[in-house]
Amino acid sequence: MTISVEEVYETASMTLYQNLDIRTTTLGINLKDCIHSDFKVFRKNVYDKIFSNAVKLVEQARILEMKYGIPIANKRISITPVSLIMESHCAKNKFIQMAQTLDQAAADAGIDFIGGFGALVQKGLTKSDRMLIDVLPDVLSKTDRVCSFLNVGSNVAGLNLDAVNLLGGMLKQTAEKSKNAIGCAKFVVFVNAPEDNPFMAGAFHGVGEGDITLNVGISGPGVVKNVVAQNRECDLTQLSEVIKRTVFKITRAGELVGRELAAALSIPFGIVDISLASTTAAGDSVANVIEAFGIEKIGAHGSTLAVALLMDAVKKGGAMASGNVGGLSGTFIPVSEDEGMIDAVQKGALGLDKLEALTAVCSVGLDMFAIPGDVPEETINAIIADELAIGIINNKTTAVRVIPVPGKKAGSLVKFGGLLGTAPVMKVNPFSAKDFLKRGGRLPAPVTSMRN
Amino acid sequence: MERELLFITVIGEDKKGIVAKISNFLYKKDINIEDINQRIMGDGYFVMTMLVDIKNSTIPMEKITRELEKIGKALELRVQLQHENIFKMMHRV
Repeated sequence: MTISVEEVYETASMTLYQNLDIRTTTLGINLKDCIHSDFKVFRKNVYDKIFSNAVKLVEQARILEMKYGIPIANKRISITPVSLIMESHCAKNKFIQMAQTLDQAAADAGIDFIGGFGALVQKGLTKSDRMLIDVLPDVLSKTDRVCSFLNVGSNVAGLNLDAVNLLGGMLKQTAEKSKNAIGCAKFVVFVNAPEDNPFMAGAFHGVGEGDITLNVGISGPGVVKNVVAQNRECDLTQLSEVIKRTVFKITRAGELVGRELAAALSIPFGIVDISLASTTAAGDSVANVIEAFGIEKIGAHGSTLAVALLMDAVKKGGAMASGNVGGLSGTFIPVSEDEGMIDAVQKGALGLDKLEALTAVCSVGLDMFAIPGDVPEETINAIIADELAIGIINNKTTAVRVIPVPGKKAGSLVKFGGLLGTAPVMKVNPFSAKDFLKRGGRLPAPVTSMRN
Repeated sequence: MERELLFITVIGEDKKGIVAKISNFLYKKDINIEDINQRIMGDGYFVMTMLVDIKNSTIPMEKITRELEKIGKALELRVQLQHENIFKMMHRV
């Protein structure tokens, strides 16, 4: 079998010029077997299990990077939702100590983020779930690497508004306690959260998973943008075809690296999540892909159709490439991590309302956007509830990662630095839904749940 | 022992001595060249690919990569070393 010069060049160009990378290799670790009545022993068990596995992950990932010439940008850990394993140690100081243990294990092993300090509360809250939400402002502001999630709804359970109503206040406290409100960037609230998502901040190791699993997230907006830019004249069907073909190739690369990495670690391979995910690097922007379609700025009318086409083509290309496609698989549109999104907000092309519309067809939701610090907590809850309702009714995952920045007004700019980028503070509708949200309770599961 | 095949990709501006410098290095390290191809691409770049077998190489892959990068730098070219499996996975169904 011969590989042509063109084919070799295409692959080499993807990594050399178009920022193709394995965005994350995430080791999912079950911590249920670490539980112990002696809290000291419990913490030691958790530390040892995470550290020993994480060290091997970092080492083997480096070897594969070299072998295939594809950078593995992040090595990460996801764990069993912490509220579950803490049920019998339900005290505030113990939750904080457990977070510190997780932070330490990740730091010692060279892991930048560890996800799973969260809870599944789609139907109701246990004492431990409430305690976890209570300590989040301290955990998110005092640890560097610990990421948190809550799943507050699903197609079959509906939306737990009582849980949503706890979040605006929690996020405002977190923002006050951390520099530039950065703690809020490590918290995601979901409905229909996938149990095998490798991407942070929302990764966790679901209760239906095995003991240890390796999940891989592959990205490549630069690669897709390049192929779209080469096909300026073709119609939508053809455009979808060229994207599918490209995504097929990059998904296969993710599958190859994932399988070899899992084999080297002697653990089962989980899923490959093909998600176009922006980074702050020049040219690594999903907004630029949409603009290459022929849209002046993302947010202009026509953008929802464009994102829908992109999303569908990405999923189809991925599904053809691998039988293990899972996680979120689609397209992320975080604001602060994408230079094209930032520019669109600053130029007035993209506002919160259009962003919400785009999330109805993209893979996750309202991600990494800043709002003024004086937005009332009920309004933050309402922003979250609206986004999550889209997920429940449309049978998909949606999520919110919102950053209320104290002292900032709409139009100002907040620099988070590193992977988290720079967020333009977005204008929020000043009218209130306070009395509606105060009703609390649960949005009943949609009629689509009655299929049994 | 089975062959271990890798692709070396050289991208940049065509100039004298590219093949000579790289093949001389490979020869010294006991790396066998199985195939060479080169082309000027539509975007104007000169691209050369070499399929090499490193089973008898006197240095490990990591070092080969570093040495090739050095040669690339001296010639103002991008040089990339990648195991052939990735090309098979991406371009063959």
